[in-house]
Amino acid sequence: MTELILTEDARKVIIKDAESAYPHECCGFFYGSDDDKRTVTEAIPVVNTKEENRERRFEISAIDYMKAEQYADENGLTLLGVYHSHPEHAAIPSEHDLRQALPYFSYIVVSVKKAKTAAVLSWKLNDQGRFEQETVINQNNPFDVDVFLSSFNQ
Amino acid sequence: MAKIIIPTPLRKFTDNQSSFQATSGNVGEALNELTTAYPGVKGHLFDDNGQVRQFIKVFVGEDDVKDLDNNATLVESGTVISIVPAIAGGSC
Repeated sequence: MTELILTEDARKVIIKDAESAYPHECCGFFYGSDDDKRTVTEAIPVVNTKEENRERRFEISAIDYMKAEQYADENGLTLLGVYHSHPEHAAIPSEHDLRQALPYFSYIVVSVKKAKTAAVLSWKLNDQGRFEQETVINQNNPFDVDVFLSSFNQ
Repeated sequence: MAKIIIPTPLRKFTDNQSSFQATSGNVGEALNELTTAYPGVKGHLFDDNGQVRQFIKVFVGEDDVKDLDNNATLVESGTVISIVPAIAGGSC
């Protein structure tokens, strides 16, 4: 199982987007590095351009995709993948997700139940074109005061 | 020379290059130039009939070539051609 390191900043952005978009699906891109370990350092929401059934469908415009590639290029980052939410559904990719999935990208799926995040899972296509789950490693920010203080209360 | 922007998922077929400089005069020829230089891209860009795949769009600047002259769209020095995968899905 491949690993995806998800920094706290990126995770917060994704969860906030998923919960605020509820009951609709949210979507966005995430960026970082892909050297020894695939590490997501930044996530940026984009508009779900689907006009109908946004509670169970998402679509990202071609212009937003081009901007995402440009953003990665200009900031020395790698475009690592796409996230979206599944309101009232599991964080498991559907047939619709599989149909347009691309090799290389990681796909983070957020399950949102009653406007609260229930699970954050990541998936990646294998060589046979099927999704395999990645191990998501949550990485706290080194100088996050809240995390630092909470460590004394455990 | 036109510059073709390679989407990240296809860069493993272009020696990790993010762009390609094509000397051709239109979009179709430029894309063929790319797949000749990097044959691994071909199957991901074109279907069995040699047409751009259903879930791939080709843009010149910010315009979809379908709104221009498709593969016959002329390109010139400084033109930026983007290969754009469609991104969509949903829970059920």
